[in-house]
Amino acid sequence: MGAPQTGPDFKARASAALSDAHLKVAIDRTTGTGQSKRAAAVAAFPEFEAARSRAAAIKDHVIAHLDHYLAEFERNATAAGAQIHWARNAAEAAGIVTRICRDEGARIVTRSKSMLGEEIGLPHALEEAGIERVETDLAEHIIQLAGERPSHIIWPAMHRTREDVADLFRDGHSPPPNAEDPEAMVASARRVLREKFLAADIGISGANFLVAETGATCTVTNEGNAELSTTPPRVHIVTAGIEKLVPSTAHAMALLRVLVRSATGGEVTQYTTFHCGPKRAGDADGPEVMHVVLVDNGRTRMLGDEFREMLRCVRCGACMNHCVVYRQIGGHAYGGTYPGPMGAVLTPVLDGLAPSKDLPFACTMNGRCEEVCPVKIPLKTMLKAWRVRSWDSQQQAGAMRFGLGLWGFAARRPWLYHIGTWLALPVMRLFGRGGWIRRMPLAGGWTGSRDLPTPAARSFMAQYRSAQRRGRE
Amino acid sequence: MPASPQVGLFVTCLVDAMRPQIGFATLRLLESAGCTVEVPRAQTCCGQPGGNSGDRRGAAALARQVIEVFEGFDYLVAPSGSCVGQIRSYPSLMDDAGWRRRAEDLASRSYDIIGFLRDVLGWQPDGVRLEASATYHDSCSGLRELGVERQPRELLAGVAGLEMRPLEGANICCGFGGTFCVKYPEISTAILSEKTRNIRDTGADLLLAGDLGCLMNMAGRLNREGAATRCFHTAEVLAGMADGPAIGEEG
Repeated sequence: MGAPQTGPDFKARASAALSDAHLKVAIDRTTGTGQSKRAAAVAAFPEFEAARSRAAAIKDHVIAHLDHYLAEFERNATAAGAQIHWARNAAEAAGIVTRICRDEGARIVTRSKSMLGEEIGLPHALEEAGIERVETDLAEHIIQLAGERPSHIIWPAMHRTREDVADLFRDGHSPPPNAEDPEAMVASARRVLREKFLAADIGISGANFLVAETGATCTVTNEGNAELSTTPPRVHIVTAGIEKLVPSTAHAMALLRVLVRSATGGEVTQYTTFHCGPKRAGDADGPEVMHVVLVDNGRTRMLGDEFREMLRCVRCGACMNHCVVYRQIGGHAYGGTYPGPMGAVLTPVLDGLAPSKDLPFACTMNGRCEEVCPVKIPLKTMLKAWRVRSWDSQQQAGAMRFGLGLWGFAARRPWLYHIGTWLALPVMRLFGRGGWIRRMPLAGGWTGSRDLPTPAARSFMAQYRSAQRRGRE
Repeated sequence: MPASPQVGLFVTCLVDAMRPQIGFATLRLLESAGCTVEVPRAQTCCGQPGGNSGDRRGAAALARQVIEVFEGFDYLVAPSGSCVGQIRSYPSLMDDAGWRRRAEDLASRSYDIIGFLRDVLGWQPDGVRLEASATYHDSCSGLRELGVERQPRELLAGVAGLEMRPLEGANICCGFGGTFCVKYPEISTAILSEKTRNIRDTGADLLLAGDLGCLMNMAGRLNREGAATRCFHTAEVLAGMADGPAIGEEG
């Protein structure tokens, strides 16, 4: 299991995913549930639209004043006793975490699910450093047993069915649980993980929010694993992207209202925990040392370009649950840390456009992702911005550019265009049989799986002009 | 609104070449609703193919052409949600303030035929009859960029003899996506096959939609699957022109 890497072979990965019927079952179950639960939660919350607008406005405000809130957060978190670290990129961030682990002499670290951790390649970096890494989120535990990376930002193991999980637990747990009984499997995971929670030297978490006013970091989970990862160990390390800032706890709660409904359809997560500095005198428990690693990794660059609004993203996963492409190919086919529509925007930011050049195009532009986004990110507009960059840097196939160039040339000369249509239609009609074209040179992309209606013998314009002439005579 | 609005009919390149009858249906509907319609000869394409591929300059050049040809009319009307969606996005393609104003002006007066009939003209079919069952697919651009959702349903409810059946996932993309469908045919087909399964499950005689790209995609797959579903543009039904060959049927 390596650091996230976008490969150029998107089509091959998508193709493999499409031929995996088992994967499709898993995707349909999870995203289907995600869609219906979100719809029910939104229907039960008449102010959802207003809450969305407010959430987007809060994020925009923070993005516009990021410098101010970063400084405020650092001041207040430091005052609460946390140590703040700044990382410009993924390598620096992972390096800071592994250095802390080494300095503390850590042998076992527990990790509470964090996509930022995946983004900076933390699982890989910890393994390289020879530290035992224990994923404590149930789904992360499953993919750790499978040696895989998350395929969804909320349900990392969504590509695995419960039948797969039974197989993984049979091999990975001792004694193996009763595979027929999901409750027995959960109990087994709980037993395996409990030992690690208590044995860990360091707990590493992400953060859903960084609260500037208090210097607290906030995690939301439904399993309580973040609390168990961050409370018993002597040291707690938080890694968070700088866009996670909010001015105050009240703002975090306002975002939580739309985040949870959009992610799981709940009103609020089972556990919402604010971690404000290490254990204080008189506290019953908590870490003795708390580190917060604030990660840029391309985010400040986004402040000044077309992708600025992407910094609103609260990582709820609604866009992928409602994406027709994601629902066919799943998350791994995207190749980056983040899949689906938000991943198609972010992966070229993080990994560069060249290795992820397919992603902005692997989208039908149907706009459903924008419709469900809890912070109203114009995902379509941003994917189009990537397409423009791709066109301007000549990263698309030569034949496509040539074809579109030819089309544009003719379309800007109506007389030529109409002559072209007049010439092309009879040629196309040569391939038609019984009203349909089943095969035609250069049309394999279409006719491989669907027929093409035979075009009209004469275009609308030609027919209309004749009718007009007849009318005048 | 003027007593007899002057409408420039933007036929769209796809309708022009593949199914002129949709253009004639649109023309008939506009005229029967009291519009004076002109079909400017200098029209070609709205610029979606290049625009959606990232060729901003090429799309802007076509946008300026459409603006010049159509800005003199009271309204631009087209039988396609996605082309009108593209036209409404012209302001974002213009760097020059003067052109941007002209683009905004045209965008504010551009409609797809279905939304135009219902929202601007307040038209309702009268004496249109079609003995058939039909289901309706919401094409994404019309639905999400133009807000065309209740209008076709309200209009189709006025067609005598037509039994409308709900389509599961009617507002989910059919997998067309312009160049997407030929760039990623496997993904497109997987999306499309779910759509055609839902269409077939309705058992309806007809599939109706408001965008020829989506219609050709769904009709082409339905035919490949051997389904008997016949596909028409909503405007053809409303204009009383759905008694002849459907998309892909020989005339």
